[in-house]
Amino acid sequence: MPLYLNDDQQMLQDSAADFMKGEGDVAHFRKFRDMNCKDGFSHDLWKKFAEMGFTGIMISEEEGGLGLGHVDAGVVLEQIGRNLTPSPFLATAVAGVEALNGGGKTLRDKYFPGILSGDSVLALAIDEGAKHRPDQITMAASREGNGFKLDGKKQFVVQGGSADTLIVAARTSGSAGDEKGLTLFAVDTDAAGLTRNSVRLVDSAMAAHVEFDGVLVDADAVIGEVDDGDVVLKRMLNAGRAGSAAEILGVGAGAMDITVDYVKGRKQFDKIIATFQSLQHRISHLYSEMEIARATVLKAQQMLDEGSSKAELMVSVAKAKAGRATALSVKEGVQMHGGVGMTDEYDIGLYMKRDRGLQEFMGDANYHTNLVAEMHGY
Amino acid sequence: MSDLETFRAETAAWLEANCPPEMRQPLVDESDACWGGRNPTFKPGQKEWLDIMAAKGWTVPDWPKEYGGGGLSRAEAKILGQEMARLRCRSPLSSFGIWMLGPALLHFGTEEQKKHFLPPIARGEIRWCQGYSEPGSGSDLASLQTSAVDEGDHFVINGQKIWTSYADKADWIFCLTRTDKNEKHKGISFMLFDMASEGVATKPIVLISGQSAFCETFFDDVKVPKSYGEGVSSVVYEVNKGWDVAKYLLGHERSMIAGGGSEGATSLGAKFADQYGRDEMGRLDDPMLRAQMADMDIEVLAFRAMAERFGDTFKAGLCHPAQPNMMIYAGTEINKRRHELIMSAGGSEVLEWESEATNGGLTARSWLRTKANSIEGGTSEVMLNVVSKQILRLPGA
Repeated sequence: MPLYLNDDQQMLQDSAADFMKGEGDVAHFRKFRDMNCKDGFSHDLWKKFAEMGFTGIMISEEEGGLGLGHVDAGVVLEQIGRNLTPSPFLATAVAGVEALNGGGKTLRDKYFPGILSGDSVLALAIDEGAKHRPDQITMAASREGNGFKLDGKKQFVVQGGSADTLIVAARTSGSAGDEKGLTLFAVDTDAAGLTRNSVRLVDSAMAAHVEFDGVLVDADAVIGEVDDGDVVLKRMLNAGRAGSAAEILGVGAGAMDITVDYVKGRKQFDKIIATFQSLQHRISHLYSEMEIARATVLKAQQMLDEGSSKAELMVSVAKAKAGRATALSVKEGVQMHGGVGMTDEYDIGLYMKRDRGLQEFMGDANYHTNLVAEMHGY
Repeated sequence: MSDLETFRAETAAWLEANCPPEMRQPLVDESDACWGGRNPTFKPGQKEWLDIMAAKGWTVPDWPKEYGGGGLSRAEAKILGQEMARLRCRSPLSSFGIWMLGPALLHFGTEEQKKHFLPPIARGEIRWCQGYSEPGSGSDLASLQTSAVDEGDHFVINGQKIWTSYADKADWIFCLTRTDKNEKHKGISFMLFDMASEGVATKPIVLISGQSAFCETFFDDVKVPKSYGEGVSSVVYEVNKGWDVAKYLLGHERSMIAGGGSEGATSLGAKFADQYGRDEMGRLDDPMLRAQMADMDIEVLAFRAMAERFGDTFKAGLCHPAQPNMMIYAGTEINKRRHELIMSAGGSEVLEWESEATNGGLTARSWLRTKANSIEGGTSEVMLNVVSKQILRLPGA
């Protein structure tokens, strides 16, 4: 498979670009931020995502979706990144759906219709500390009657306050650090004993601290196998990581474009500042980094779609590389904008804040760099 | 089986049967390559391998057969390359004639020039060198001053070239000369002449690596005939149009280099962990070095994906014409960093310049050699200028 988008993916890119620009551009983002929206996104827009078929992008055609893969989800996510479109697409339609794709038919039949119609929002309850450490999960799920009882705390549950269902990773046996003993659950947010405290993040997204105090779920809530949750968790993490790499790539590409436009227009010392070689070389270096990141992200997605055994390695490479390239893009962007880069009026600062949020989502560049070393056996 | 699959199977069988065992060992350094020429030095197996490959036209598989090539399609040539890599067959011939002059002649040469010059290149009989840079003309190559004065049936060449790779071992030179002092780019000609001509002198340059692959080359009233026979002009293309040839070649060279990608072991950390020792978690027992090695793993794997994407988009005509410049910039910078890290990992042991344990300071010499990567054929700064101007269209670039 050549490492560029095929004609269908190109068409999808065009329609996703038109859609995000038309319905969910930066002005839309500002509107929802400024109204202090408790969701941090528009449910109406989410409905329109569903009308476009985007919410079912990774749901099979037999189940009413588009039956597409990671590359295609990434195409949509890049446009979301470029436009800073606020939506639950990544957690719900990509990572959440991939988790459910690894589960049984009962669960899929229960949740897919709501996702396909744009009525349902999923959120991922994985992290328990300030940094993403899925191997260190301690939250307990103990056997109770026919099902399980959940006790513990999760944080950085993005859009957790708006979600009707949480995908929760908890420990049914073993202890922190063990590969086995994890189990994944689909938990409805109106369950007794579940409390959510939403907070606004630096990028204006909403994330919840979630407490589970003896929350009872029945055995049907298990996604995949009890104690073997690492299998489906890995599947979900791969989708979420490749997806967030694609979104962050879009953020970096968008930031680079507006910065290039800005330096082509701004005059100082009677000269357009883009004529200064000190800026030209930095922008060209950034271009090079973004190009490499783009190739890496696409490679990881293609490998996931092919079911390659090396896909996980490339996903970590992609999240790390795209993360570092975009961090460079937004930092150079603010610097090259000069004083106005510090103002809320100009968009570049919004890109910097969005980048910061996505860096932490499902592991930052350092986390994935460490994983690469581990996967290489050192 | 499709035609290409048949070709692959037959090629593999032929290589297995005909490639001498010595030619299936990895190259240790540049001196292991076979360069041919009038006064060749052959290591065991090299001559056999060169002759048998040249007889099939496979030193230049995609050149037309009438010029000594194999006449293979691009797909077949790619398969030959893949099978040679898989079976670890060395390239039979290293040659600036193949890499640089050949493509220029194929594009700009007359039929007579092609028939005269290309077959000896393909057979490895004539070794060529490239006369481009001068002491005062590096990145600003078009400012070159080596003059060629028209004296009726010949030119007289005076001046100096520098960084002429293996000039002291070359038989002929393709050389940029100034044929019009009143023009810059439009006063340059692309000339071919014999290095045995009276008035040519070469002097090897000792590099920081201790090696001297490059020379200074001096021309003192060198007489170059205008013609080597019917239709065989010593000037390629036209007088004063040599810059067009040079630019074409530079583009060709850059796309070749750019397509190369990053070779070598994927993971430095995996290689060095055993040597370093591991902690109780099995991690390389130097946390800072481990982190840098993992960073480098990411850079190398990411660049490998980039090289794949570059190759795919290049072939499909989807890639920006200046993209090779970005590829060279990124690839050479990564390679330099990689060798910095290899030196750091080797510590004091790889400082040994002449010991047997270090194979004559191979690691250190290779590290120093990489510093030229981002200078030769266009500096990183020139590459960034091209990206700024042609891809990003920044004003004034």
